Amino acid sequence: MRIFLLHVMAILWKDIRYELRSRQTWLGMGMFVLLVLVIFNFTFDLRVDNVSAVAPGVLWIAFIFASLLGLGRTLAAEREQHSMDRLLLCPVDRKAIYLAKLLGNLLFIGVVEIVALPIYALLFNVPLPAALLLIVLLGTLGIATIGTLFSVMAAATHARELLLPILVFPLIVPVVISVVRATQQLMAPTVNEPPWIGLLIAFDVIFLSISMLTFQYVVEE
Amino acid sequence: MALTKQATDMISPAEEHLNSVDRGHPARLPIAALILGGLSCIGMLASIWLIFFYTPIDALQGVTQRIFYFHVPTAWTGMLGFVVMTVASIVYLIKPDERLDWIARASGEVGAVFLTFLLITGSLWGKPIWGAWWVWDPKLTAALILWFMFIGYLMLRSYMGRTPESARVGAVWSIVGVIDVPIIYFSVLWWRGQHPGPQITSDGGLPPAAVLTLMVSLATFTLLYCFLMVLVYQLQRLQTQAQRLHAIVE
Repeated sequence: MRIFLLHVMAILWKDIRYELRSRQTWLGMGMFVLLVLVIFNFTFDLRVDNVSAVAPGVLWIAFIFASLLGLGRTLAAEREQHSMDRLLLCPVDRKAIYLAKLLGNLLFIGVVEIVALPIYALLFNVPLPAALLLIVLLGTLGIATIGTLFSVMAAATHARELLLPILVFPLIVPVVISVVRATQQLMAPTVNEPPWIGLLIAFDVIFLSISMLTFQYVVEE
Repeated sequence: MALTKQATDMISPAEEHLNSVDRGHPARLPIAALILGGLSCIGMLASIWLIFFYTPIDALQGVTQRIFYFHVPTAWTGMLGFVVMTVASIVYLIKPDERLDWIARASGEVGAVFLTFLLITGSLWGKPIWGAWWVWDPKLTAALILWFMFIGYLMLRSYMGRTPESARVGAVWSIVGVIDVPIIYFSVLWWRGQHPGPQITSDGGLPPAAVLTLMVSLATFTLLYCFLMVLVYQLQRLQTQAQRLHAIVE
């Protein structure tokens, strides 16, 4: 168990160092999220009475697209450097590779989201309760779990940037519904609302397990 | 001597994946295809007669309701296709035999076609009855996502080519899909729960004649699915062989 965690940390630290050195993707993702939030101002006529209906959706569209961008970029970088092949040669459990990639993606997307949240609160004039951070974390975990597994699949093809959204979007529908409804609940509580956080947690647990178990089949040559 | 015998007896890991034909046995004409084709044809004629002449006209919906007898079987075969694809894929992961992969790909293609028909017939039924081509109620949304699963599978397999990696990736995709689609159904059900959508009055209180028609129609579509599966399986086999021959020639 201890060796497993050491492997995860080693691979994760490698990815973090790589990103810190290049710095391209973080800036790009950050600007992208900001621009999506701004563009939505022109597409929806936001007034005070409809902000709780529209704003959570806007936030989550921005996060989903930024996540997909981030997932695609990290794996493209990996393929360019052929480091995945070298990593597979090492006697490391494939689950550890998956977990490290997942944590890397989470960290990556998480940083962008944490920067984007205050800007979102500012632009749309909505409050930022602490529970929102929990929703963001669980939602991002759900998207990243599916996305990390499929970014490896899509990376083997030529049309990888095109294929990744096609693969990921249908599968993250429960996450999208849950996070948007949960965010709306925070802003405008209603009665008899289904347990969205519970669904998010269940989704995350189920797909984290499946992804860890099936990752070895996806990544081996 | 012993060494050469060992070398020829061993099947290399690359060949383990190969089917019996590439190991040297000749191809056989599938009698199953002829039988299933004939049965489907008879069944389809019987179904059409039953649907258009035998079943009573629905009191509420009128003649439009007859689409139901095509719509429900296509839903059944679409889902059957997905389950067959997943089971074949999982068994492939355990024991890699490319015939299982052919079954999975064939089921993916045939199931995608049936599901497309499902969506089309559903829209055609919905417009006169509900007044809308599409509503976002749980069943329709789950069916649409299932359709995306099939299309994603076909695109993924197509882009990755005919390799063992492609087969494994397809297997993982169908495993994730088969678990996710029920979750999607329930999350949309919860989401839409407060806004009850239009009800499809189907299995509640069907007269015996209608039940018979539905059963015959279901059986016919299942036979049609099996028939198409045999044909597309053969197609997959031939495509794989053609690709191998190309590789030898080039």
